[in-house]
Amino acid sequence: MTLWHQVLDYLSVNGEDVRSAVLQHLYLALVPVVVAFVLSLPLGWAVVSYGWVRHPLLTLTSVVYTIPSLALLLLLPGLLGTSILDPFNVLVALTVYSLALLVRSTADGLAAIDASVVQAATAMGYRPLRRWFAVDLPLSLPVVLAGLRVAVVSNVSMVSIAALVGIGGLGQLFTRGFQLGFYMPPILIGLVLSVAIALVLDALVVIAQRFVTPWARVAAR
Amino acid sequence: MSLDYLLDAAHWSGPDGFPHQILEHLRYTGLALLIAMVIALPLGVLIGHTGRGAGLAINLGNAGRALPTLGVLMLILAVTGVGLKPVIGALVVLAIPPLLTATYAGVSSVDRGVVDAARGVGLREPQIALGVEVPLALPVILGGVRSATLQVISTATIAAYVAQDGLGRYLFDGLAVRDYPRIVAGAVVLAVLAVVVDALLALLQRVVVSPGVRPRAGSRRRTALPQPER
Repeated sequence: MTLWHQVLDYLSVNGEDVRSAVLQHLYLALVPVVVAFVLSLPLGWAVVSYGWVRHPLLTLTSVVYTIPSLALLLLLPGLLGTSILDPFNVLVALTVYSLALLVRSTADGLAAIDASVVQAATAMGYRPLRRWFAVDLPLSLPVVLAGLRVAVVSNVSMVSIAALVGIGGLGQLFTRGFQLGFYMPPILIGLVLSVAIALVLDALVVIAQRFVTPWARVAAR
Repeated sequence: MSLDYLLDAAHWSGPDGFPHQILEHLRYTGLALLIAMVIALPLGVLIGHTGRGAGLAINLGNAGRALPTLGVLMLILAVTGVGLKPVIGALVVLAIPPLLTATYAGVSSVDRGVVDAARGVGLREPQIALGVEVPLALPVILGGVRSATLQVISTATIAAYVAQDGLGRYLFDGLAVRDYPRIVAGAVVLAVLAVVVDALLALLQRVVVSPGVRPRAGSRRRTALPQPER
């Protein structure tokens, strides 16, 4: 039986498992990105607005970012009081990593805005909060979304680690393959699906970027 | 969270002790990084200098980020069988993309005016690449070395799931017998090791980068216009 047949065979027998692994993978990878994105907006704003926040906050996030994912995943139960098998640990760990990436890109994006545009908006009568959402944030989006792409793609690949602790997602297919004596089909299926999900989500962010920054298209013409 | 296992002096000596496992961990990491650098750095300089294969360097960097390390490790071991060499091989495969992309990006972003000037004063192409472009690109290249190092330290842990020694032992053995203090000890040592190695590389980045290349303190891009009152 060729490898290709083995793969099809595996899918026909375990299709339901693979499908639920994909769904759980998406859930575990995407919820943290969304949470981190929302949190990164006020934090990025604080970094740009208050100079003294910059150094401690960015140092903290980059130190946290250096901690290997498996170590963080296993330390969190002790810190949060959760069980080791609780998917909540994965959500928190990935939120922390995504936040470390996104705070920096949000701060860079906000810092790179042309100050004269902001002044023009203020002169036209925008109140600070409204101006921030209507002018500052949209103008920072190209840099912010570049960071979001990195966060989405690395989250999708990092979720697999959770399987080592016994939490679901496509990583389960890797550990299954290992338990079956390095049986190729599940390993291959998991690898292909994980990379495919990462590429599709990356493309979706790029498409979203075209919609939310229409002026970039005009300028490129 | 109990730190008993970590603070027990008995776990700090002998073949099962932390010092031995830390050294084992660093041995795999160092070996894999060395091989990856021998492959990726010259290739990155070549691509950056000539501009040929730039698409490859960029796409490889993106693809590398999308690859789940656990899956790559399992796939390579499924093909080659378990052992030290396949594990090192998997670590090398994972370390090449960040190294290659950073080297390419650093070299290709060197000011073309500087390169033309070097050519104008009569330097040969290899001299330009090694004597001008590499020193100027060094901060970016070392940034790539830092992220590749973190990647490898992290993945070398996972390798313990399959076979090898190293700090992953504490995590997986601890998980197997539900000994949380042992897991905590392994995770803390691993996290500290990663942070310390990264800090040392950051220091190296400062020492080896020529003072003329170093971004000056306070020269961070700021707009000249006064900020409106908030």
